[in-house]
Amino acid sequence: MRVAERPRLKIFIAATVLGWLTLGASSPVGIAAEKDKPRSGGELVFAVAEAPPSFDGHRETTFAMLHPVAPHYSTLLRFDPQGYPKIVGDVARSWTVSKDGLTYTFKLRKGVQFHDGSPLTAKDVKATYDKIIFPPEGVASARKASYAVVEKVEATDDETVIFRLRRPSASLLANLASPWNFIYSAEKLGQDPRWYEKNVMGSGPFLFIEYVPGARWVGKKNPNYYVKGRPYLDGYTAIFIKDTAPRVAAIRSGQALIEFRGFNPAARDDITRTLGDKANVQESPWTCNLTVILNGDKKPFDDARVRRALSLGIDRWEASKALSQISLMKYVGGLFRPGSQFATPEAELMKLAGFGKNIEAARKEARRLLKEAGVPDGFSFTLKNRNVKEPYEVTGVFVIDQWRQIGLNVTHMPQEGGPYFNDFRQGNYEAGIDFACDFMDEPDLQLLKFVSLERSPINYTRSRDSVLDDLYDKQSRTTNPKERLKLLRQFEKRVLDEQAYQFHVLWWQRIIPHHAKVKGWKITPNHYVNQDLRDVWLAE
Amino acid sequence: MIYRLQRWPSASLRFARSRPLGAGGAIIILSMFFAALLADATAPYDPLRNDYTAMFQPPGVAHWFGTDAFGRDVFSRILYGSRTALWVGFSASFFGATLGAFLGVASAYFGGKLDLLIQRLMDIILSFPLIVLALVVVVVLGAGTLNVILAIMVPMIPRCALVVRSSALSLRQMPFVDAARALGFSHRRIIFRHMLPNVLAPYLIMLTAFLGQAILLEASLSFLGFGVAEPTPAWGLMLRGAAVEFAERAPWMAIFPGLAISLSVFAFNLFGDSLRDALDPKLRLL
Amino acid sequence: MRQYILKRLLLMIPTLLGVAVLVFLMLRVVPGDIVEMKYAGTGAFAPKEAIERERAQLGLDRPLWQQFLDWMWGIVRFDFGNSMWTGRSISYEIWIRLELSLELALLATLVAILLSIPLGTLAALKQDTWVDYFVRIFSIAGLAVPSFWLGILIILGFLIFFKWLPPLTFTSFWVDPKANLMQIIWPALAVGYRYSAVATRMTRSAVLEVLREDYIRTARAKGLWERVVLIRHALKNALLPVITVIGLEFAFLIGGLVVTEQVFNLNGIGMLFVESITRRDYTMTQALVLLVSFAFIFTNFIVDLLYAWLDPRIRYQ
Repeated sequence: MRVAERPRLKIFIAATVLGWLTLGASSPVGIAAEKDKPRSGGELVFAVAEAPPSFDGHRETTFAMLHPVAPHYSTLLRFDPQGYPKIVGDVARSWTVSKDGLTYTFKLRKGVQFHDGSPLTAKDVKATYDKIIFPPEGVASARKASYAVVEKVEATDDETVIFRLRRPSASLLANLASPWNFIYSAEKLGQDPRWYEKNVMGSGPFLFIEYVPGARWVGKKNPNYYVKGRPYLDGYTAIFIKDTAPRVAAIRSGQALIEFRGFNPAARDDITRTLGDKANVQESPWTCNLTVILNGDKKPFDDARVRRALSLGIDRWEASKALSQISLMKYVGGLFRPGSQFATPEAELMKLAGFGKNIEAARKEARRLLKEAGVPDGFSFTLKNRNVKEPYEVTGVFVIDQWRQIGLNVTHMPQEGGPYFNDFRQGNYEAGIDFACDFMDEPDLQLLKFVSLERSPINYTRSRDSVLDDLYDKQSRTTNPKERLKLLRQFEKRVLDEQAYQFHVLWWQRIIPHHAKVKGWKITPNHYVNQDLRDVWLAE
Repeated sequence: MIYRLQRWPSASLRFARSRPLGAGGAIIILSMFFAALLADATAPYDPLRNDYTAMFQPPGVAHWFGTDAFGRDVFSRILYGSRTALWVGFSASFFGATLGAFLGVASAYFGGKLDLLIQRLMDIILSFPLIVLALVVVVVLGAGTLNVILAIMVPMIPRCALVVRSSALSLRQMPFVDAARALGFSHRRIIFRHMLPNVLAPYLIMLTAFLGQAILLEASLSFLGFGVAEPTPAWGLMLRGAAVEFAERAPWMAIFPGLAISLSVFAFNLFGDSLRDALDPKLRLL
Repeated sequence: MRQYILKRLLLMIPTLLGVAVLVFLMLRVVPGDIVEMKYAGTGAFAPKEAIERERAQLGLDRPLWQQFLDWMWGIVRFDFGNSMWTGRSISYEIWIRLELSLELALLATLVAILLSIPLGTLAALKQDTWVDYFVRIFSIAGLAVPSFWLGILIILGFLIFFKWLPPLTFTSFWVDPKANLMQIIWPALAVGYRYSAVATRMTRSAVLEVLREDYIRTARAKGLWERVVLIRHALKNALLPVITVIGLEFAFLIGGLVVTEQVFNLNGIGMLFVESITRRDYTMTQALVLLVSFAFIFTNFIVDLLYAWLDPRIRYQ
């Protein structure tokens, strides 16, 4: 019998195809099939855009530190390199969670050594997390707030670490898999808790050889690495190339084989055109986005109608089509990365203000709202932005042009990083372009921007909304994923649609064009995880 | 002397005939001025209008110089860009040269402690590399066109002061100044009516030299991200970002602004050169 | 003569002091400080106490005059202190970049001299002919074309026509001269061409002026071979102002090639300058400014000495 006459088979095939499609939509695209057998040997040369401010993973937040330094360290848990966002153990070989969700017990691997030969045991893990969660005087810990739920860290014996929590948390494991949580030696931390800011000594797949500021960072294979047979590479060199044009040129000419942050479509096309089939391109949605923030303490942005109007005036679908050709901006999405497990499906997303497809109606509504709120035609205000061309200034130009079409006259003010952040933190701005780049898709982390000002210093809009605070707490405590999704939908509707405190323009696309001979590296939705290079190998 | 207005037409013709290069430069400069003045009337498109259906169009009938990454007409942006270049360049060099001239004349005329103080101050400012000084000023003052003008102006002041001072020094020694003082003329009168007109030659030469430098400096600052902000049409700004990234597929985005900058600085230099030759052949220390 | 030298050397001190005070104050007026810049990361928290602690550790919370005196005290002992950004000694940070910047400056100067003297002389000899016009246009073009545009065009040209890129990493000349030159020669050409512009014009007018001198006419009338006349008399006297101009600009070639370094990815002093300013690394910026100012003032001094030595009229002023 043919397929058409067997409805159950048709349904089965349809389901399989649909399943594949949804899997494909949520996972990165374009990986070359790894049919070849990994080969040992070779030096990987890759480009990094900036120099690391310090070498301490606990205090830094920039990829410029992570890319050259991460290969020297191990973490307790990590994200599965081939199966993001699945969490697997690194130094931890197994773990259990108590029934009440308040106790996490980790069993560590045996035989892990630091590069100076000393063994890595539970006391090193405890010392590391004590530094991250309860930093001593004078030590900065950038992600301390994510671990507020942890009451205590214990090392009961050489291979057991226990985390005791104040209340259950849906996100603790993901936080423990953070690529920033390098395991440090308790001995070194005891001598000087800031030793790791200027020194490197870890337990990772590569030994530290040299760092020439402004020029290069060199690592060499660790012969005593606890994963047998890894790393494949003999070593790596990170070369620092500040400007984009020479960085792209480096890949095109083969002086560097790959760059781990991401290039824009123009660079990708230039590289593929030059290298032809010697190039491989991996693309993925990126857990980074740009939002418009409005200062709720300044008139007329304290009026929700004005805020809604500003969001309605932006044609996101056109932006997606046009800007994705010239910049990193691509995906239309709300509070959660399109394609992730928390993302709102398109049909529902379009119901939120500014996310619909009928821009004419939206603009008319925007003008009406502005008039109702008493904002005159030709009203003028400033938009503060970072002075980085791509994609910040590009987005600024786009947004200003969109607002021109609803009768607003906006002045663009790009600023340097320091004053930019300072102005936002102090509420010294009218409208601004803000960004968020996270190392995982986790609402506990990503929603912190929208919670009331008292609780969250990174809420630059200065909104104080108890409904949102309430919803945030509820979703953080639920263990039922369906229930959590429902709460997240409510949260999103209030932030983007009803109040429009701040709203997303677009989410980014991550494009990594590289030399095809670099294998064993799979793209993930952010440029922070899985940079220890242990699985990377070079084909001939 | 050429300061009398009636003699300008005949003087200009003589200038054009004897120094064709300088005349060529002058013509280019004049066209720049006209482009800037008449931009509103002559530009075919609104330079700020984004058109996403026409991104990266090559030069053609609809868009003479093509379009850029946002679909904006490059030709219109070049026309309006001359406005920015002249506004920034002219303000910066005019105020820089004028302030410098005042300082130079005051320094030469009053001599003594004032002279030493001003000279030291100028030395200090001079010992910063040009672009570094401009950068520091922009960083101190923040973003914005006005601050860019100030940033470009500051390095110009000591350079003009130095040249005008040496010219004024030779004047100072002349007997007519002492005579004027003996007659009871005020300092102000002597400076304004006797000294300043005589340093007009080096002042004009520095002014034209500065104009070219100012345009270049503005372009460099914009390129680094410290200059004028998008979406203002400005030649240096047009070379930032997309112009370089798409240089192979859409070369017109980088070629025309670069040509505009080069041509205008070229013209100012040619004109300034010939002006200097005409006014004071001995002044060759530039 | 000795008095003149002494006077000049002593005058350098107040100038340098003035530069020091000026740059010290200017930086402190700038909005934002290094601690803010360090935390200007990827949207993460910046806990206030951590910022305050950092500030205290870098000594930024002490009164200004104290910070200034500390710094001056260090300078007197040739200790520039540590970079606020990396914590490494400033002397080290400058040292690893100095070789490249010096080499670039020297090569660019060489290119400038090799271009300007023959071209300027040629233009003077063939004054007001099309050769003269061509040389003048060629040299002014060097001034007019934005250096970063030229650099971009050069790199693109290499990539498109030769599918090759100059090396982006620095190898010392003493380690591998070929690799070293392959990287440095192109920015040296771009920069040297630019600097030759002024020198070409100066050579031209200097040669012109000397050619009009009486003794040249006498030499010609005596029937000496024209080339000999030219080389021996005109050029020697024309060289002085040209060397002056080139020498004066040399100091700025070390710290001022900001845009060129960015385009060619050179790890030089110019890039260090921009980075330290954008990062508000006070100690580093102050040290660099002092260094470049000192180099400028010193070369000025040497040039003045040369003038005084060669031209007795100035000596006895």
